Amino acid sequence: MGKVFSVTSYLTDDTMHYCPGCTHGIIHRLVAEVLEEMQAERVIGVAPVGCAVFAYDYFNFDCHQAAHGRAPAVATGIKRVHKDALVFTYQGDGDLASIGAAEIVNAAGRGENITVIFINNAIYGMTGGQMAPTSLVGQKTTTSPYGRKPELCGYPLTMSEMLATQKGAYYIERTSVHDVPNINKTKKAIRKAFEAQKAGKGFSMIEILSTCPTNWGMTPVESLQWVKDSMIEVFPLGVFKDGDN
Amino acid sequence: MAFVHVDSERCKACGLCASVCPKNIIKVSDNLNSKGYQPIEVVPMEDCIGCAACAKICPDCVLEVER
Repeated sequence: MGKVFSVTSYLTDDTMHYCPGCTHGIIHRLVAEVLEEMQAERVIGVAPVGCAVFAYDYFNFDCHQAAHGRAPAVATGIKRVHKDALVFTYQGDGDLASIGAAEIVNAAGRGENITVIFINNAIYGMTGGQMAPTSLVGQKTTTSPYGRKPELCGYPLTMSEMLATQKGAYYIERTSVHDVPNINKTKKAIRKAFEAQKAGKGFSMIEILSTCPTNWGMTPVESLQWVKDSMIEVFPLGVFKDGDN
Repeated sequence: MAFVHVDSERCKACGLCASVCPKNIIKVSDNLNSKGYQPIEVVPMEDCIGCAACAKICPDCVLEVER
């Protein structure tokens, strides 16, 4: 018998602190698997503020940790000094789409040669399930107990569509990890983004629809179904910008 | 013939693996790990086809698959 699936050496042996069924763990593994397959020797990740703040404990390569929302700015500095390293940020929707909205837009506009892994689970996870810029209309959170009302709180931000309008952005794709075929597609998308960076093509971002079973008040399996049934309608999957085409 | 290695100490019993198993042979066990979760088990292992869907969706790197 041969191994058909083994855990990548680009992750440490630490058990992740994420809640049961949280898809952060899947995405960490996909990023690590891609970098292992690319045989990347120098990698520098930038962890956000949010649940993924401890990502540096789980990735078995160098990591930095940035102030809330500032990961693209920190990654910009790192990449400009360490041109030979693959540099990426790993940010949630509270980090990237809210407090860090300016940094991500300007990093894309400048065409910085970095990769952004954007985890969109439509809620603030670490701080207790508050409404995020990406929360769906009608979604109940601790700060929208009757559901998000557009007349009061507006509409969810669609970051991939927004950044794809910027000339500096090279590759923008939105994927999901709600089932195995989509996990495979997400891995391919992450690979494409890192390959683009390696070739010096410029800014790439993969937005990944993710779950938060704890703050959504659902089981992990129900959460995957909710991504499929509710989130994809608002955040359609696909490639929004491909500089090659 | 395939075999799934289960690292029970890492398992948080989220059940995602069981939800994607095409043979429906992954279940929560009666045991407890040191974190207080009931880790999954694959029974009967002989029915496993080694598709590795469980390992691909596991968020906690609990599973390794041989075929």
